[in-house]
Amino acid sequence: MVSEVQVLESAVVRFAGDSGDGMQLTGSQFTSSTALSGSDLATFPDFPAEIRAPVGTTFGVSAFQINFGAKSIKTVGDSPDVLVAMNPAALKVNLKNLRSGGLLVVDSGAFTKRNLQKAGYEETPLGTPMMDDYQVIDLDISRMTLEAVKEHGLGNKEALRCKNMWTLGMVLWMFSRKREPITKWLDKKFAKLPAVAAANIAALNAGHAFGETAELSATFKRYQIGATTSEPGLYRTVTGSQALSWGIVQGGQLADLNVVLGSYPITPASSILHALSGMKELGVVTFQAEDEIAAICAAIGASFAGSLGVTSSSGPGIALKMEAMGLAISTELPLVVINSQRGGPSTGLPTKTEQSDLYQAIYGRNGDAPIPVISTRSPGDCFEVAIEAVRLAVKYMTPVMLLTDGFTANAAEPWMLPDLDALVPFKVEHAKTPAEGETFSPYKRDEKTLARNWAIPGNVGTEHRIGGIEKDFDTGHISYDSDNHQRMTDTRQAKIDGIANDIPLQAVEQGNTSGKLAVVGWGSTFGPISEAVRIARSDGHDASHIHIRYLHPFPSNLGELLAGYDSIIVPEMNTGQLKTVLRDKFLIDAKPLNKVSGLPFKIQEILDAIHSDIAE
Amino acid sequence: MNEISALKGTPEKAPLTLKDFTSDQEVRWCPGCGDYAILKVMQRTLPELGVTRENTVFVSGIGCSSRFPYYMDTYGFHTIHGRAPAVATGVKLANPELDVWMITGDGDGLSIGGNHMLHVLRRDVDINILLFNNMIYGLTKGQFSPTSKPGTKSPSTPQGSVDPALNPIGFALGSGARFVARTVDTAIKHMPGVFKRAHGFKGASFVEILQNCIVYADQVWGDVTQKATAADKQLLLENGEKMLFGKEKDKGIRFDLASFSLQAVMIGENGITEDDILVHDESNLQMARMLAELGAEANEPMAMGVLYSEQAEYSYTEAVLAQVEAQKGKRTLKDMIYSGQTWEVK
Repeated sequence: MVSEVQVLESAVVRFAGDSGDGMQLTGSQFTSSTALSGSDLATFPDFPAEIRAPVGTTFGVSAFQINFGAKSIKTVGDSPDVLVAMNPAALKVNLKNLRSGGLLVVDSGAFTKRNLQKAGYEETPLGTPMMDDYQVIDLDISRMTLEAVKEHGLGNKEALRCKNMWTLGMVLWMFSRKREPITKWLDKKFAKLPAVAAANIAALNAGHAFGETAELSATFKRYQIGATTSEPGLYRTVTGSQALSWGIVQGGQLADLNVVLGSYPITPASSILHALSGMKELGVVTFQAEDEIAAICAAIGASFAGSLGVTSSSGPGIALKMEAMGLAISTELPLVVINSQRGGPSTGLPTKTEQSDLYQAIYGRNGDAPIPVISTRSPGDCFEVAIEAVRLAVKYMTPVMLLTDGFTANAAEPWMLPDLDALVPFKVEHAKTPAEGETFSPYKRDEKTLARNWAIPGNVGTEHRIGGIEKDFDTGHISYDSDNHQRMTDTRQAKIDGIANDIPLQAVEQGNTSGKLAVVGWGSTFGPISEAVRIARSDGHDASHIHIRYLHPFPSNLGELLAGYDSIIVPEMNTGQLKTVLRDKFLIDAKPLNKVSGLPFKIQEILDAIHSDIAE
Repeated sequence: MNEISALKGTPEKAPLTLKDFTSDQEVRWCPGCGDYAILKVMQRTLPELGVTRENTVFVSGIGCSSRFPYYMDTYGFHTIHGRAPAVATGVKLANPELDVWMITGDGDGLSIGGNHMLHVLRRDVDINILLFNNMIYGLTKGQFSPTSKPGTKSPSTPQGSVDPALNPIGFALGSGARFVARTVDTAIKHMPGVFKRAHGFKGASFVEILQNCIVYADQVWGDVTQKATAADKQLLLENGEKMLFGKEKDKGIRFDLASFSLQAVMIGENGITEDDILVHDESNLQMARMLAELGAEANEPMAMGVLYSEQAEYSYTEAVLAQVEAQKGKRTLKDMIYSGQTWEVK
């Protein structure tokens, strides 16, 4: 019998289970198989802060959402079409988002009395009217997994751990995805434990086979999602932290500098420390410091000695680094500071995303202490932005704040591999030994960029002393002179302001360069804003999308551009920080659209704001 | 024009002198400050070590002592309060060939920067650390410091401080330091030898310098350093030599089993002979720990010189960079980016 295959443009699948159920692995493996099928995709790993929360509890639920399709995918999708719930707690937390009529797959074997209680259900919701809205497939996945792997001789506990692969096998079948990349990966991952590898593969195959057999059931259909028509080229999937780390190394190579990373473990920025620690082949030196302050100070020391100092952290860690950032501003040393933002204030929501550190980035230091601030819009974008951060740091002898966020760091998307040989080098020239009769000053500036000389220890004749005390404009020696301080403060500001002329003009992503409404965003809100504006435009509304990479200084045309719209909405995952900065710089009536729930915007939320603005 | 550039191109460079290491900046410590003597000794000792100005870097934190780099005509970095160990670590990671000296004080190095001090010593980063201990915060005008004796009256402790004092040498040994020494600001003959030993040690070398703050804590080390009492209050350690002190070298240190501690004794009294006196062994960590405590009692001298020196096979930076070197060049960035699962869209 030929199976009925329904062709879909796109689908959103959410895998949810206990932290120990391996949902992140399941999701990322489904992602890799989907990417190889040529679909466009966006992913959202949504996991708890606890490493191993008590089993079966709602706060221990870990989920992985993927939106994939034959069309261009910009967001992780508002509501899942398919929800896989491995236990009652996962169902409880995630059911409300499943779209009406959506497909719900549950492991009924995990719906024990104890697990139901832990999730707060008095009795099982399966088979109750609560389920009427959905197509429910309840299978005793636990039992079927044990059955499938029993010949491999694992203990009960170990055998049960294969149930994520059983489930993955079934979902792969459901969406006509290939198993080969996953079996290959399992063989490699468990190379030293062949029985475990074999059991996992058996579970994967069993889940897949189950799908084929159960196909006769009317509710259980296969879907076909085609390849997207992307720009021709070679692709791979990439996460934000991966692309960012590669970008830093690429930037270092273009500048002809060694990269020295000082970092301290913090969620969600640690992945950058891990990635760069695995790049010793490229000469990267990483230093896991005793604290956040030591991490940035070591990076500054490395820059003083002629390397490219880099430090990475998240909001609370960035707060600790601020005094040292001031030192790098005052001594005018290049430094890249990466902030992988998370929910705040204080410890806040370590594993949830937010973009609420914009004020901290632009304003957060003592004294008049301007630095360039740039941001990443998507995982793939991180590569280019990281290179740009390095370029600005070395060209202008300044710390640069690179704002990314937990969502971008962990999310994956297909990425067209860049032509590395086509990138333009920006080789750094350190100060040379002065000719006879010439004097050296560490604060001699380039007339155009206002960047100071970068003389490094080891070089004869350029010995000098610098520090955080104000320096004489000409000699670089300590100076407490009042006029000199005014001049140095003005110069530091002018140097950063001048960067506005060395960055691309602000472009309009979609729509017209003037008109009724501009939706202005920055960072990882790119996807939902882009989709919302596309839909609004296809409905005939005059809405445009502007997305700002350079947050300080702004591109030189931004004020003029924004003045061309009747109305401006600024969606942000904070309480209105870019909105305030835009109002301050341009005296425009930018209106906020804010969300701080730890989750990315839904397209609908932005679309609603567009509609109500246009209706006004 | 500086002398180095004047000498450029001459086939035989004259040896460097104190003057070559002296910057053109006016020294701004209070008249009579112990820092002057330390600065002079450093400027005099570096030429004797045969080092170059361009390969020498002084890194400091904040405080009176931390102004030191401005007066040395080498590379220098006056950083922020307490963080010099971290900055110095970064300098070494970027260029392990540099000769890095770190200058700090009791407040900078043991209070606000205590954590960094612990870790730079634990890691054994190859730098030379000079901690000027004057038992007071000088630059902020006289508050008590972590090494101040309990009862120290200061603007922030008008009734006297209640905090117990920290022993820097004990702290360093407890942190895992492999080279620990002590000297005195006025001991201009003793200090160069200590500096040379610290410089010659591969790894983190920690030197406590008893330093007098003439304004806020004058003579806190008086009984140890003054001519009249110095011989009785200083035990000048020499590796392999007996621990004798006193003007006539008639006093010594022995190990007392009953109290499990070192004891200052008079040779010839109570049946004690020279055979009872301990021989200094720099490689003995337990002995160093006991020597660190010496001086707490009125009749005891403070140990001076190298208390402990036990070089590891590799310093921290050598080990870190060896890992990098072992991998370097095995893959290119392109290899990494283009590896893994890729697909082509046509």
